[in-house]
Amino acid sequence: MSAATAGTPSTTVAEGGPDTDAVAEAGLDTDALLDDPDIRIVVCCGSGGVGKTTTAAALGVRAAERGRKVVVLTIDPARRLAQSMGIDQLDNVPRRVDGIDGDGELHAMMLDMKRTFDETVEAHADTERAKAILENPFYQSLSAGFAGTQEYMAMEKLGQLRAREEWDLIIVDTPPSRSALDFLDAPKRLGSFLDGKFIRLLMAPAKVGGRAGMKFLNVGMSMMSGTLGKLLGGQFLRDVQTFVAAMDTMFGGFRSRADATYKLLQAPGTAFLVVATPEQDALREAAYFVERLAAEDMPLAGLVLNRVHGSEASRLSAEQALTAAENLDDARIVDQRAGKAGLGDRVAPDPAVTASGTTEPPLSPEAGQASGPQTSAEHQDTTENEPPHENIAHAATAPEGDTVDALDTADAIDVISIEELTAGLLRLHAERMQVVARENRTRDRFTVLHPEVPVTAVEALPGDVHDLDGLRAIGDRLADGSAPAPAGAA
Amino acid sequence: MSRFQVVSGKGGTGKTTVAAALALALATEGRRTLLVEVEGRQGIAQLFGSDALPYEERRIAVAPGGGEVYALAIDAERALLDYLQMFYKLGSAGRALKKLGAIDFATTIAPGVRDVLLTGKACEAVRRKDRQGRFVYDHVIMDAPPTGRITRFLNVNDEVAGLAKIGPIHNQAQAVMRVLKSPQTAVHLVTLLEEMPVQETADGIAELRAAELPVGSVFVNMVRPHLLDEDALRTAAGGRRKEIAKALTRAGVSGSAALVRPLVAQAAEHAERVGLEREQRAVLAGLGLPTAELPLMGDGVDLAALHDLATELRKQGAGEEGDA
Repeated sequence: MSAATAGTPSTTVAEGGPDTDAVAEAGLDTDALLDDPDIRIVVCCGSGGVGKTTTAAALGVRAAERGRKVVVLTIDPARRLAQSMGIDQLDNVPRRVDGIDGDGELHAMMLDMKRTFDETVEAHADTERAKAILENPFYQSLSAGFAGTQEYMAMEKLGQLRAREEWDLIIVDTPPSRSALDFLDAPKRLGSFLDGKFIRLLMAPAKVGGRAGMKFLNVGMSMMSGTLGKLLGGQFLRDVQTFVAAMDTMFGGFRSRADATYKLLQAPGTAFLVVATPEQDALREAAYFVERLAAEDMPLAGLVLNRVHGSEASRLSAEQALTAAENLDDARIVDQRAGKAGLGDRVAPDPAVTASGTTEPPLSPEAGQASGPQTSAEHQDTTENEPPHENIAHAATAPEGDTVDALDTADAIDVISIEELTAGLLRLHAERMQVVARENRTRDRFTVLHPEVPVTAVEALPGDVHDLDGLRAIGDRLADGSAPAPAGAA
Repeated sequence: MSRFQVVSGKGGTGKTTVAAALALALATEGRRTLLVEVEGRQGIAQLFGSDALPYEERRIAVAPGGGEVYALAIDAERALLDYLQMFYKLGSAGRALKKLGAIDFATTIAPGVRDVLLTGKACEAVRRKDRQGRFVYDHVIMDAPPTGRITRFLNVNDEVAGLAKIGPIHNQAQAVMRVLKSPQTAVHLVTLLEEMPVQETADGIAELRAAELPVGSVFVNMVRPHLLDEDALRTAAGGRRKEIAKALTRAGVSGSAALVRPLVAQAAEHAERVGLEREQRAVLAGLGLPTAELPLMGDGVDLAALHDLATELRKQGAGEEGDA
């Protein structure tokens, strides 16, 4: 990507923008999405550690402050993030978040997987049967969080929240799965297991085996039952069979609710946001997810690219910055010699002369305009012991003190010269530009694959989010993915 | 030194990279290590730039001094079929079980069975010996599930042992648990110098300890270089802008006046981050665990970068702690 785009971390480049050589990307308008009354569910998905939960929370705050009645369903929030919404002590029920400006409302909850499963059982079985299920050891292990349960329960909860019609927007975070795809697969898998062939065989082998044409199954069944019994122990199988028997009336329900939730996700009122960071792994997962959503007819709204870096000084490339820093290093070495020679109190000459002390050619016409090059040649030809850099020594030992701050930090100035300082700034900038370049390369790889996906870029914050203001700041960045990097000015 | 090293960490901290670098680092001087992954992500193959790993141990890299790194992507379903074959000589009956959904059931839904199969396969590699009675692998390094799930993943054997009270799965679970809780095993956590991963690391260590699983080291990944000391940065932010502009011009940078503000702002951001990182370092120091730091690889992690990281780990003696 060109240096011109490096200054803006966003991909929401206006048409006819300066980076015509860059891969074309559409901008994602998150505010339009949040303001659309037809959108009732926003699903944030992506691989672990990309900021899904933070994004969901920030969108929730923003949507509420734009007047919507929102509930955010988080799956496994980091403690500080939960605290930032005041839900760190929560159970399985949405609670209103205080401190939201405007007429909207924000509610938030953390999914309690076991509690949700228990509630589902209680809601669909009579008291006695529910008790038998809840006390079953197999159920207790299953509901405590093995493969698929969390994903299934997240979808179950989403279905419940939607059915309550209490909120006009539900924003849901997805579980930290092995892969981003698990959450689409797991409900179906769990649903098909719970009312599937195998579990029915476990429950009532005689019934199935007795039917004509089922001989193979019967043979398979007795063999398998025996094998599983050997493998797992008879008690385990009996636990499973008791569980299955107790759940029998609920199976149809599980399947149909899994199907209903799946259809809900395909409906036009749902929007998926794929969240990623500009890292290879995260964007690879994002690409898979984009493809999978398309295959499942699930409506993708766009990609949220988190923790993107930019620079307002992008005009200066990493290479130029490093060269300039080296020039200053060279100048400083000469300067130190000057200091030892006790020549530091001379009157500073024209700054342009100093550029000449370097062996590198000037980087730009402007620098070259000064009388530097010629002077430099002379100086270097004559002698190295006649330093032309008195002004540097002068600056290092006697700061101008043009601001109060500079005086306050006089100690620091004693140990670090303006050359060291400026060289440091330049190296810092070079590092930043390398990060920007790497992120752009990674991002381009995604865009080439999926140019149709609208993107919003969220600039990296130096620290973590602790409160609603932090979430608001992220919301601002989500909305305005094209804003130039404030670079710490905020 | 622990023969089984489990690498976990919050998502996005670079678990796979650290596990791979550790496998390389421990494979020096003619040693042989096995790097295993258990989540079906093919992260190792992507890292080493190879084709997707089959369910088969194969050499993926060589270390200085003739060492070798092998890799294996453990697949729970295949592990179960192997296991059934090994103990029951099932043959084609295994396929019938598969057709019925029994294998799927056992590896996906049956509580903890999947995890026993995954850890069980890794433990088998840890204990495997050749004909001369020597260990086939000097070390087995596992790219494990993230911190939030690691204790349950490793401890699930206990849970299965409780649920399946008799039978081979029960015995297998008990055997695996004995390896996992012994000093032969070390569970490492990878973190970044950021608040959330550090908090998660501290929580994860507490959980591992409560479950009596042996905690190894903390690996601080993607550590960025500190290019300026903080006093210098504050000075820069404080206002020597005119001087900086002059110095930039002297260094040959054009239009320096317009660059000073963003450069100084970047420095202020850097200073803020350095301050936050210092706080997080203090939190990590308070954990009282051996710590190794790995630098950020600016251009991404390729094979050359992995070797650099492995060298860095060797220098810091990472993975070398623990009882023999």
